Amino acid sequence: MSHSLASPAKPLASASRTSSVGDVVFAAIAKAAGVFVLLLLGAIIVSLFIGGWPTFRAFGMGFLFNADWDPVQNVFGGAVPIYGTLVTAVLAIVMAVPLAFGIAFYLTELAPSWFRRPVGTAIELLAAVPSIIYGMWGFFMIVPFMAEWVQPPLIDALSDIPVVGALFKGPPFGTGIFTASLILAVMILPFIAATMRDVFQTVPAVYKESAYGLGCTTWEVMRSIVIPYTRVSVVGGIMLGLGRALGETMAVTFVIGNTNRLSTSLFGPGNTIASIVALEFPESQAGSLKLSSLLALGFILFVISFIVLAISRTLLRPGAK
Amino acid sequence: MKTLSLALVAMLAAAGPVAAQQITGAGATFPAPVYAKWGEAAKAAVGIELNYQAIGSGGGQNQIFNRTVDFGASDAPVDGAKLAEQKLLQFPAVMGAVVPIVNIPGVELNKLKLTGEILAEIYAGKITKWNDAKITAINAGLALPALAIAPVYRADGSGTTFVFTSYLSAANAEWKAGVGAAASVKWPAGNGAKGNDGIAATVKQVKGAIGYVENAYATQNKLISTQLKNKAGHFVEPTLAAFSSAAASGDWTKAQNYAVDLIDTAGATSWPIVSATFILLPKDPKDAARSAAVMKFFDWAYTNGGKIASDLEYIALPKPVQDAVRASWKSEIKG
Repeated sequence: MSHSLASPAKPLASASRTSSVGDVVFAAIAKAAGVFVLLLLGAIIVSLFIGGWPTFRAFGMGFLFNADWDPVQNVFGGAVPIYGTLVTAVLAIVMAVPLAFGIAFYLTELAPSWFRRPVGTAIELLAAVPSIIYGMWGFFMIVPFMAEWVQPPLIDALSDIPVVGALFKGPPFGTGIFTASLILAVMILPFIAATMRDVFQTVPAVYKESAYGLGCTTWEVMRSIVIPYTRVSVVGGIMLGLGRALGETMAVTFVIGNTNRLSTSLFGPGNTIASIVALEFPESQAGSLKLSSLLALGFILFVISFIVLAISRTLLRPGAK
Repeated sequence: MKTLSLALVAMLAAAGPVAAQQITGAGATFPAPVYAKWGEAAKAAVGIELNYQAIGSGGGQNQIFNRTVDFGASDAPVDGAKLAEQKLLQFPAVMGAVVPIVNIPGVELNKLKLTGEILAEIYAGKITKWNDAKITAINAGLALPALAIAPVYRADGSGTTFVFTSYLSAANAEWKAGVGAAASVKWPAGNGAKGNDGIAATVKQVKGAIGYVENAYATQNKLISTQLKNKAGHFVEPTLAAFSSAAASGDWTKAQNYAVDLIDTAGATSWPIVSATFILLPKDPKDAARSAAVMKFFDWAYTNGGKIASDLEYIALPKPVQDAVRASWKSEIKG
């Protein structure tokens, strides 16, 4: 990314020195703002951890792997929502990235120029749709469609095959992990597509023209010039989408089936961390182990998001291949 | 000094001599529609303005434990020790019923007969087809298809779930031991949906689905409810008469803190899934005037709110219970 940005201009030495007090004050304010963000982040992590501490103390590391969520017996395990969060987010990325790449490729290289603006605007508008709208659309349009047309034939055709069949077993509710991933894919598509389109456009025309001059096809220009040049930002856009998919609450809650049972089937119901917290929070009493478990799940979501970011940063370090 | 007194006068004038007394409450969503209607009517009648936030029973308990509202509201009664520790008086406000709803091709309103035992086995995932021998045995005239049963439950913690699972626990010993009754439980089978509307929509969309909702919600949306077998062995339809019969046959005299059990009562015409919803009021109020206004509000609702309640398919409290609550207010709340 750094090499695509012009280095900021050096302040002129001849600038007046009369406002040095103002400089000091402004520097202090800017520094305070920077430190404040760090403190805020730290405070959120610490308060989540303190809130979740009774759960970690009661269940230990087992909390991560226990699939039992039983409010009556006061036994709580986070395996189902953690699994659901990871699987839906990864599936959504798998579905959204090729499509987003296609959109960005078409818009920057293939589409006639009069067509680029309306499609580009449409993508940006998609990104502005509130998630509750996606949830309702998913619940009232996609879920019945899945239950009626997609799941029954797939279940009939595939569920008797060993191993693969396990992924497609179960009654055709229409809701479930697969439907949730589909909605998530649509939601994060505009973010990824818009980022890709923008960064593809930053490739200097002279590079591409040179490649075309050497006789490259459009695809070869894309593969050998545009993608290597923008690799960092493309992965950044995907991470942006992954981050949104991990934390998405309302849309997922509508369509995932909200079940605290581990399901191997993609059509089976599940739960995500964000959705279980949203659903169970109002009925959790202060000081109860249940509330503490929800906070612990919040802490784990925080950690997962942090790990995703850290991995992307490491991969994107200049020189890393 | 002059400006200050002027400002004071202006403030008093703005507040006005006839301003309605404000009271705030928070908690259960189950009775929220009837509290809202009572609030509108009471503002006109006795000048008390109710600000009620339906944040869920658990939330309502938290709010009143922290004394951030004038009263809390909860569907599940709070146990006696906790009430004593938090210095709270618990009294019932109104009663309501929960009904099962189904989506089976060819099955019309209140035609399917079910028992608590069968409901528990459906929700436990043991009865999986609508033409199961246990169901067809009690539905002789009904053609039931070989359709998979898709149980739907409330995914959000809810007082309705507490009432429904209390009934399943009462009807089936295995359910009581394995799952139990609470605002959210570990469901052995089925799919979760958010809110009454989520359950209703899911049941409508999925053939073979069964769910449970508050009765008012079922009637307003013309959902296909079922009959249930009550303790006396009769199959009853979910009607206001059947709910009232259940409310009347509850044993109010024995109930501690009015935590009366209206699940599966003995009356011959009683609907088996009926429950009271409760108000939690501090015994040592910070602001006696507001506490008095809360009592005045519910006093008005007991006397004049019966019609509003039954219009919304809730059941007003029996007269002797109302009088007992009024006596508790006098003796237990510091004024």
